[in-house]
Amino acid sequence: MAWDLDSDRPIYLQLVDRIQMQIVSGQYPPGEKLPSVRELAVEAAVNPNTLQKAFAELERSGLVVTQRTNGRNVTKDEKLIDELRQKLAGENTKEYCDRMRKLGYTPLETMEFLQKTLK
Amino acid sequence: MSDLVEIANLFQSYDGRRNILNDVSLTLQKGRIIGLLGPNGSGKTTLIKLLNGLLQPSGGSIRIGGLEVGTATKSHVAYLPDRTYLQGGSRVSDILALFQDFYEDFSVEKAGAMLESLKIDPSRKMNQLSKGTREKVQLILVMSRKADLYILDEPIAGVDPAARDYILSTIINNYDPESALLISTHLIGDIEKVLDDVVFLKEGRVLLHSSADYIRGAFGKSVDEYFREVFAC
Repeated sequence: MAWDLDSDRPIYLQLVDRIQMQIVSGQYPPGEKLPSVRELAVEAAVNPNTLQKAFAELERSGLVVTQRTNGRNVTKDEKLIDELRQKLAGENTKEYCDRMRKLGYTPLETMEFLQKTLK
Repeated sequence: MSDLVEIANLFQSYDGRRNILNDVSLTLQKGRIIGLLGPNGSGKTTLIKLLNGLLQPSGGSIRIGGLEVGTATKSHVAYLPDRTYLQGGSRVSDILALFQDFYEDFSVEKAGAMLESLKIDPSRKMNQLSKGTREKVQLILVMSRKADLYILDEPIAGVDPAARDYILSTIINNYDPESALLISTHLIGDIEKVLDDVVFLKEGRVLLHSSADYIRGAFGKSVDEYFREVFAC
């Protein structure tokens, strides 16, 4: 099944987001070997060059490390993964709060809503 | 990346008056999947025929791998025409044998394996197969060559979505950094995620040649939406 990607945003950025999510959520644990570009390109139904570009981006951020003899692995640096996790959580919370504000909720009402939903 | 195809100031006219292609200059690089996009009558098929040496240009030049298009380049170009040229009464196995005789770079093993994965029986005749299956057989024949340039003219027109997915995954699976793949199509939405670059042709001229992700980033639109905007009538 092809990955569900939007056509109106650069595909490589969406691939970066998606693979980051898979790493942060533990679907690919620290140190885990990642599939090859071709395998993943076929799975996602995207161009291999685009996936290559996404991997290059992930390598730049240190989340993915390339070993010449052993392909690509998720970093073993759990601190780095945790930092990214917190960053993503922060972004999501901010988006949620912004939307609630647009709907006319005060911070206190938003908190109450959140507590009710989480229970 | 090195230039595989160099098209310089290309003109093509059938009647000496109206230019079907009007001063087209374009370079295509190895390792890229390029979409050749344009409305009907924009010159896509004419350009493809010129790349294949099926037409002589009225002006300008085309070089593939440094060689002027001609007998020498034909063996480096694998072409899927928009219309079939295979005899309906021939068996798939006969066509495999024909390709093996005809093209030095054809791998009958590769074609056989792809046919088997689709459970297509080589003893069947072409006219006994459904349209979608015929399209798949023809794509398999083309992709089983080891060419420098693959040209697919409307490879997904008129096939069902499942066959379309198969065709797209075959294209991705056979991706080779040493060759380029040019796909002409109207059905941009279905194919744009596999394209590196797009070329928009309008009335015989190149309107745009850029990376697909550049269009998405710069305009916040899919290639399909952007195409509809540019060619809105």
